[in-house]
Amino acid sequence: MLMLSRTAAALYWLGRYLERADFIARLVEATVRLDALSARPAGEAAWQSALAVSYTDKAFAATGHPVTLAHVARFLALDASHPGSIVSCLDRARNNARAVRTALTREAWTAINRAWLMFHNRSSTGGPTETLNLLEAVKGETRGFEGAIHRMMRNEATLLIQLGAAVERADNTARLLDVKYHILLPEGERVGGAVDRDQWTTILQTVSAVTAYRWLYSDGLKPRNVIDLLISRFELPRSLAACVEEVVTLLSALAKRTGLQGEADRMARARMARMQKTKTTDVIVSGLHQYLEAFIAENAMLDAAVARQFRFI
Amino acid sequence: MAARGAFDEIWGHGGPASPRAEFASLARWIAETPADELQRRQQSAEVTFRQLGITFAVYGDSDAAERIIPFDIVPRVFLHDEWARLSEGLVQRVQAINAFLEDIYGDARILKEGVIPNELVLLNEQFRPEVNRVRPPHGVWAHICGIDLVRTGPDEFYVLEDNARTPSGVSYMLENREAMIRLCPELFRDFRVEPVDSYPDMLLQTMRSVAPHMGKSTPVCVVLTPGHFNSAYYEHSFLADSMGVELVEPADLVVDDDVVFMQTIAGRVRVDVIYRRIDDDYLDPLAFRPDSMLGVPGLIAAYRAGNVAILNAPGNGIADDKAIYSYMPEIVRFYSGGEAKLPNVETWRCREPQALKYVLDNLADLVVKLVDGSGGYGMLVGPTATSAQIEEFRAALIAEPHRYIAQPTLALSTVPTMTEKGLAPRHVDFRPFVLTGSDGVRVVPGGLTRVALREGSLVVNSSQGGGTKDSFVLSPEAGA
Repeated sequence: MLMLSRTAAALYWLGRYLERADFIARLVEATVRLDALSARPAGEAAWQSALAVSYTDKAFAATGHPVTLAHVARFLALDASHPGSIVSCLDRARNNARAVRTALTREAWTAINRAWLMFHNRSSTGGPTETLNLLEAVKGETRGFEGAIHRMMRNEATLLIQLGAAVERADNTARLLDVKYHILLPEGERVGGAVDRDQWTTILQTVSAVTAYRWLYSDGLKPRNVIDLLISRFELPRSLAACVEEVVTLLSALAKRTGLQGEADRMARARMARMQKTKTTDVIVSGLHQYLEAFIAENAMLDAAVARQFRFI
Repeated sequence: MAARGAFDEIWGHGGPASPRAEFASLARWIAETPADELQRRQQSAEVTFRQLGITFAVYGDSDAAERIIPFDIVPRVFLHDEWARLSEGLVQRVQAINAFLEDIYGDARILKEGVIPNELVLLNEQFRPEVNRVRPPHGVWAHICGIDLVRTGPDEFYVLEDNARTPSGVSYMLENREAMIRLCPELFRDFRVEPVDSYPDMLLQTMRSVAPHMGKSTPVCVVLTPGHFNSAYYEHSFLADSMGVELVEPADLVVDDDVVFMQTIAGRVRVDVIYRRIDDDYLDPLAFRPDSMLGVPGLIAAYRAGNVAILNAPGNGIADDKAIYSYMPEIVRFYSGGEAKLPNVETWRCREPQALKYVLDNLADLVVKLVDGSGGYGMLVGPTATSAQIEEFRAALIAEPHRYIAQPTLALSTVPTMTEKGLAPRHVDFRPFVLTGSDGVRVVPGGLTRVALREGSLVVNSSQGGGTKDSFVLSPEAGA
């Protein structure tokens, strides 16, 4: 049976929205740790950068609230009035999932529905501890969803969800690195200078890479290594290299099942070939910000090519 | 209006102490299972339903945009003989409905011979001149019928309403059974219950049997839903999923040169059979309501050209209209030559002056319904109504008598039901599902039992606080 175009689009976006919900949960969690739990609270700057990473700085400024843990955490987790909050992502993910109920198993659907029920109509995240518990719970459900789709029929539905997630993950990591790097290294400062250990840990926590870092570098926290890990190490599932590779693999699997192959495949393969030759030192020398900006733009073009290739209407 | 005096399907007329002989073991199960244990199982079922999203929307109730229908743990049970008699009556009734539609949109013999007044059909909003003289593929009109039945005694079953358009509720029949098997396995050990899980296969078989002949080995079948904001969306997705066919929205379909296609990732795929869960009005803006935002432009043209089967056929509303309902005994007699095995509830057609006078004189004892209303809206239940409500209906009846029918208030049967104060009898009705394909008529051994959860209430509609129960049909060899 050939898949409906609308179904394909809904599955792809389901993957993107759930990945985004999970990412924002990690971002808020890492920022809470940085701000409320570290010995040297990072305060406003930490929350300001969390807003910038999630593209919500302007929307938050419009609320007129002070940039504090309580306000930003509530805004990023529970505020349904803007599209960048966890609850908005879950809302959209659930709407997409409802529209394609027939393409999901019960387990996959109930994981999304449980996450949604948890956030829906909640008005406050509570204090730091309650916030962390709530975020832990939503991460648990998204992990449950990932587990469930690995037990689904291995067909184009599963592949499209994973494709959406991989494209989204690449964007999130690039954005996180770009924003945080800017803040941590004001213009003129050299990479490798004295940096705030807590700040760099926050980056690693957001992409669940604290342990991976220790294993791969057996070294203290060094910005150069963090950049290397997040850009070029295939071992780390949230690195740009790993996401880029995953997109190529998923597109080939989709081509095998559906016979649809085209511009998206070519773009993805070309991007991977370039990635394999990329040296972290070169990226840093020629400008990390420019590199990430170009990556984010290319990722958006790939997203558009996917939509054309699978006739998302 | 309380349950007092009503026939209880398990306890009979004598109360919990003296159940009907055939139900002694079930009554024992009810008596011996602690109430809090039943309560716990019932809550567990409801948690499952909520997580699965088996929800429905109540229009105009934004707080409860998604509610689950309350589920009651005590099943309703039909003995094999009871069911065999019911099935015969159901098959006869559905065959008559199909014959009636074939006739009305064909030669209209029943009108020419004066059995039904011309104007009652031709001036009826449910009569669709757009499909007059269009014969659906294989001459099947009402493929999926839900016949609402009520019971007043051991052998007294009445048809309350026919649903020949897009009857819903079959997903509850199947999900309630799943829940019962999980929560009360001992019941299935003690009773031989006919399975209902073959329904999706039967439905798919019915759909395939009416595909227009196009030399294809397997026709492409789809379920057409208005979308996931529709109150019955769960059921639409459930049916598509359990049949393994695509669930499409109107925007997924295009009609080109009188052929229907769905838009897939690999381009257009021809569609042969559509089980639509959209009303006629919103099916095709070119044929019906031009202001409809839903719908597939050109669908009816494709149907007229014989290129697609639509389940149920457009125009079926004329067969389940409440004004036509009152003529069903005559309709059955006209087409089958025999008497209806399932009687109607006595009905006064308020369009007839004498009937209107009787209704106005006895409003406090009658149930008055809009002929084109559904879902328990636009309805007066005389014995429980306030005098203001009665006067409101009196005025409406005098102004537009042709829009109403009236029926006696029946002492609907009850089934023991979990309430806040333990088990108590609550009134029920029953909707079995009857499938008609080119290869015959099939009745699934089960159906949807709806229960009025409020004490004494006779309104079982889910939009008005009704719940559901599983409905067991016992196998022949089962000595209950």
